[in-house]
Amino acid sequence: MNPFYVPPEQLVKDRAEFARKGVARGRAIVALQFEGGILLLAENHSSTLFKISEIYDRIAFAGVGRFNEFESLRVAGVRHADLKGYMYARDDVQAKALANAFAQTLGNIFTHEVKPYEVEVLIVELGDSPTEDRLYRVLYDGTLVEEAGTTAIGGPAEELSALLNDGHDADQTLSSALDKAMAAFTAVKGDTPTDWEGAVLERGDGRRSFRRLDL
Amino acid sequence: MEDLRSLTGVSPTGFGELLASRGLSPVWTVESEASGLAPEATTVLALRYEDGVVMLGDRQATEGYSVAHREMQKVFEADKYSGVAVSGTAGLALEMIRLFHTELEHYEKIEGTLLSLEGKATFLARMVRQQLPLAMQGLVVVPLFAGYDRRAEAGRLYTFDVVGGRYEETHYGATGSGAREAKSFLRTSTTTSLTEDAALALAMDALVFAAEEDVATAGPDVRRGIFPTLIVIDEEGYRDIEEGQIAAYAQASLDRLT
Repeated sequence: MNPFYVPPEQLVKDRAEFARKGVARGRAIVALQFEGGILLLAENHSSTLFKISEIYDRIAFAGVGRFNEFESLRVAGVRHADLKGYMYARDDVQAKALANAFAQTLGNIFTHEVKPYEVEVLIVELGDSPTEDRLYRVLYDGTLVEEAGTTAIGGPAEELSALLNDGHDADQTLSSALDKAMAAFTAVKGDTPTDWEGAVLERGDGRRSFRRLDL
Repeated sequence: MEDLRSLTGVSPTGFGELLASRGLSPVWTVESEASGLAPEATTVLALRYEDGVVMLGDRQATEGYSVAHREMQKVFEADKYSGVAVSGTAGLALEMIRLFHTELEHYEKIEGTLLSLEGKATFLARMVRQQLPLAMQGLVVVPLFAGYDRRAEAGRLYTFDVVGGRYEETHYGATGSGAREAKSFLRTSTTTSLTEDAALALAMDALVFAAEEDVATAGPDVRRGIFPTLIVIDEEGYRDIEEGQIAAYAQASLDRLT
């Protein structure tokens, strides 16, 4: 038997453990619907190195974990979307295809690269109505999950998700959505974070729906 | 499904280079003399006023002595604080604008900040220069670029020549078949201390005057309800003037000048 043989179960387990530890160190990001669109909120001490950003007219991106890794995914996402919109039409750029591409990418990196990416990303798309909103979560190993109404990524994602899902109301105002999201962060962390980064995708007349919030 | 790893990394730096890296760049060359083969977009103009710039474009495209399109749009939003208008070979001009618009938005998203107004003008000049081989075959595109410079807190406008020369204009600029007439009209009455209303009226007057003298330029078509495109860019950004208001400026200009 090959003395260097590592069973695939062991290989995947080691890599997953490594990636999960990296992601858990990152601060979480949540997304939830409100009456006018979708709110994204993160705890972030930097006012220039963003975790939440615009990908296309109705699509936003958020990443937790190692900044350089999710930043390179963000840039690739913008390029992918702009290429598609330029070659075909703006309406042909959709979150599902993007989320799939991110899942493929992270999946390939997880199995083929020396080190897996220590990131989780969120792809959020604003629909014409709340029922057409789409929230996708992509994990470090390429696992793709679609969620309804609210979602969270990063260390305490499960607890945050549970708190946000409890009595979620897609017709709430932006300020009540903000209060709810901030309260969830506070409950999970034990004290109130002071530095926020927030953005919304807003249903309106404009082509570009992404707007940063001044928090 | 595509793996995005080929799209990560620091280069390509812009959208144009991204297209080139994938072999998708628009073809800007033809084998032989090609003038007269494609519709031409005619007159567009821009002028500065106290709070920014106004831009106006007629709606006609011609093919030799025929009308190719009566409702063509030639003035476009380049980004929140700038607009671009074109004259010359219509199909190429529209492609150039689409590429320019995508490039500005791409830069803004990747870098997280808008290009400076001068940066945008420089980039557009480079796009015009890339067209030079086509221009030599008779397929000329000459844009007009204007915007609000948030650093200088003023409206600024740039004209271009066919080889990609970029010129900042202090008062007004025009390009296309009726540009000469439009400019001689503007020369008599432009100051940069105009109000927005006066600047919009003056822009319309200049087009009506040009349409009187140049057959390729279409003035306001009141019977069909086809009016020139009229836009304003000030510190709030790019804004379309409402159709009803454009019709009123057009009627007033026609009453004054014809």
